[in-house]
Amino acid sequence: MGLRTPLYDTQLSQGAKIIDFGGWDMPLSFGSQLEEHHAVRRDAGIFDVSHMCIADLKGARTREFLRLLLANDVAKLTAPGRALYSCMLLPSGGVIDDLIVYFMTESWFRLVVNAGTRRTDLAWIGEHAGPFGVEVLERTDLAMLAVQGPNAIAKTLPLMAPARRDAAQRLARFSGAEFDSWFVARTGYTGEDGFEIMLPAAQAAAAWKALSAQGIAPAGLGARDTLRLEAGMNLYGNDMDESRHPLESGLAWTVAFEPATRKFIGRSALERAREAGHPALAGLLLEDRGVLRSHQQVSVAAAAGALAPGAAAPIGEVTSGTFSPTLNRAIALARLAPGAGSRVLVDIRGKAHAARVVKPPFVRNGKILVGI
Amino acid sequence: MSNIPGDLHYTRSHEWVRRLPDGQLEVGITDHAQEALGDLVFVEVPQAKRRVNAGDACAVIESVKAASDVYSPVTGQVAASNDELAQRPELLNSDPYGAGWLMRVEPDTSATAEALLTAAEYAQFLDQAG
Repeated sequence: MGLRTPLYDTQLSQGAKIIDFGGWDMPLSFGSQLEEHHAVRRDAGIFDVSHMCIADLKGARTREFLRLLLANDVAKLTAPGRALYSCMLLPSGGVIDDLIVYFMTESWFRLVVNAGTRRTDLAWIGEHAGPFGVEVLERTDLAMLAVQGPNAIAKTLPLMAPARRDAAQRLARFSGAEFDSWFVARTGYTGEDGFEIMLPAAQAAAAWKALSAQGIAPAGLGARDTLRLEAGMNLYGNDMDESRHPLESGLAWTVAFEPATRKFIGRSALERAREAGHPALAGLLLEDRGVLRSHQQVSVAAAAGALAPGAAAPIGEVTSGTFSPTLNRAIALARLAPGAGSRVLVDIRGKAHAARVVKPPFVRNGKILVGI
Repeated sequence: MSNIPGDLHYTRSHEWVRRLPDGQLEVGITDHAQEALGDLVFVEVPQAKRRVNAGDACAVIESVKAASDVYSPVTGQVAASNDELAQRPELLNSDPYGAGWLMRVEPDTSATAEALLTAAEYAQFLDQAG
């Protein structure tokens, strides 16, 4: 038996098919993962993300500490409730984890980090927090729900008490507000609008049931993965890890090199990598039928029409691949050497299949963003 | 829980075999298999005329999460394969013992089906596998 969230029994009663995910017993789906995917793109779905680790950082010098710890710059967070996506790096530039940081008050920032990296993250953060007098409090008392989809907000608001609803209704994208022990943020991992709600664990099952009763489809980790990949969002462990830096993981936009005086951990390694050149993460759209999977090898399409394997040099590999329910095609993120061109070959079980190189995201806010 | 028609034969790798009136053997995957795999999105069936040997991989089916091989339960020559699955892989989920059939095999005269499980034996095998 693995670790269980406060929603385990509720989800089991709703027909959840449970899998092990980083030591947690989590729902893969509640029937059809494709239907759950479409529910989120077209209407609304709800995910249990209570396995993720919420850590509150407290102390007068928290902001100063985070400006050292994170590759993105929390100086950008000027209004309380604002969120920022960032990587936390090793001195080598390798990614320890990707996370969301919320600015609560000047002496309180909240981090949400991945379940699978929880232990390493907390050790790393704790090790560096000491000199700043920053206290790290893991919030195992909280559960976390993600309500996502074009109708997610409209379907969630009526279930909130008036005061909480007023606060939630006013939220700008990528910001949150705490009201009456619920922290509601307009963030997510699907490419759709919606809320992520952190609430006392004891209230989670009732909230989940109320949201389900509102017609919001329970969705599992299977749909969460196809949704995030369509949205061009990275998955830690697939698309980046401690051996890969953000610049070769499609995350250059999250590294704040300015101001040059901010000496965050990993900075000098990234500056050297930027000088030397590096591979980059690209999107792939399979032209044939089939499914792209991580670790499939990618090679140059030599001449137009010449699709024989072996006739081409390897230039990278797929880091995350899946079947995109919205595009009805296989899509992937792949790490490719510079100059890969606009068409490549992917080795699927020994046969070369043509794929187009595209710029992610593939889908955002229900709209297909790549030509198919 | 899962549907196991009494008139078919089965393998431990979750294929089923139906003897057709003309002596050909129709092959597919079981209800248990489709349920375990989840939504299927890609199927590659063997070409007609291809030789298949019992126990050899003969088809590939892919769900959103993973690719799986299908093993031929019998030895013989592929007489026909279900091309409809190229466009509608979901037939494997919705009708695994009917419209979701994978291939029809002309068995070698020497081929026997004695290694295959009856419905009762397959049900027992699933119970034991838990």
